[in-house]
Amino acid sequence: MLSNEELEKEFQAKIDAEIKIEPKDWMPEAYRKTLIRQISQHAHSEVVGMLPEGNWITRAPSLRSKVILLAKVQDEAGHGLYLYSAAETLGVDREDLIEELHTGKAKYSSIFNYPTLTWADIGAIGWLVDGAAIANQVMLCRTSYGPYARAMVRICKEESFHQRQGYEIMLKMAKGTPEQKQMAQDALNRWWWPSLMMFGPPDDKSIHSAQSLKWKIKRQTNDELRQEFIDKTVKQAEYLGLTIPDPHLKWNEERQHYDFGPINWEEFYQVINGNGPCNRQRLKARIKAHEEGAWVREAAIAYAEKKQAKKTAA
Amino acid sequence: MNKKDWPLWEIFIRSKNGLNHKHVGSLHAADAQMAIENARDVYCRRNEGVSIWVVLSSQIVASDPDEADALYEPAKNKIYRHPTFYEIPKEVGHM
Repeated sequence: MLSNEELEKEFQAKIDAEIKIEPKDWMPEAYRKTLIRQISQHAHSEVVGMLPEGNWITRAPSLRSKVILLAKVQDEAGHGLYLYSAAETLGVDREDLIEELHTGKAKYSSIFNYPTLTWADIGAIGWLVDGAAIANQVMLCRTSYGPYARAMVRICKEESFHQRQGYEIMLKMAKGTPEQKQMAQDALNRWWWPSLMMFGPPDDKSIHSAQSLKWKIKRQTNDELRQEFIDKTVKQAEYLGLTIPDPHLKWNEERQHYDFGPINWEEFYQVINGNGPCNRQRLKARIKAHEEGAWVREAAIAYAEKKQAKKTAA
Repeated sequence: MNKKDWPLWEIFIRSKNGLNHKHVGSLHAADAQMAIENARDVYCRRNEGVSIWVVLSSQIVASDPDEADALYEPAKNKIYRHPTFYEIPKEVGHM
């Protein structure tokens, strides 16, 4: 029998050699716990993320945009399910994870606590929020835990459609009437900073980062991903003829990156801790859906049992 | 686990005829028929499959990774099972 210390050494050697960890492999308890926390919160984010967009399904401006939005929201549900499925390979039950979301013990991405006020917000979410999510998720395709990495590969294949449809909405509005363009600018103004916050606190304030990098759960730091996202997005905003709401945004020739202004982390922590514009509304909607669906879940089980009993009797 | 929770099913999809069914993930469903229908919605939204297998996760029996060394040991020292073990003169050509 190997000691815990030896097992941990072997485990780290596997990680260093880029060998993926699979569900039945030995892993340190803290690695398992970190993954359960991260994957389940990622899953919750996909599920809660359906709410701000679902808000516009009945009011989409055309049949074309309505079917697209429906497909996108359905994808988010699917992404939540891929992730719950990956989390369950670590020995947790779906019901317990959902319970943690509903009691507030588990968090979800703070971005979904902002409201979607106009149709342009649907464009901005696809372009910026999904754009930021993609940067993070492309990195996670190489995460050290096999089932998580595989779920991410699936998700990334589908996310590209999300970002493109968002940008298309922005493009239509930015090239539309002055009022439409103003609406697009207003959406950019409101979603820009929260999108940058999606990458999490700066590296020197991020409590989980160092260990996650060592275990290769994360492959890049929050600040690296944020910079990558900004560098990519500035050009896209320029093409739209819209202005990113940051007076400090400037190309830095020496760094070969854009410099940007300070992020309001106080706002970030306020929203994470339940004081964003829509926190209560989002959780209420999730709990309501879960509770009102309980009889359906019970009826389906009862029906399955009845069918099984009939089969056994026959 | 609450008795009223839907059990977990492992999902296998054949992406096109000629290829194997491949494990893609899992989902919860009350029975096998519902597992197939849910698998279509969760794993086949973009024509990813032409055939779906569903198996109760509790029915899967897996080998123990801790015993992998012993389990695969018999194959490890039989290099003569590989074609590269044999030297064939160049003049003979591809074989």
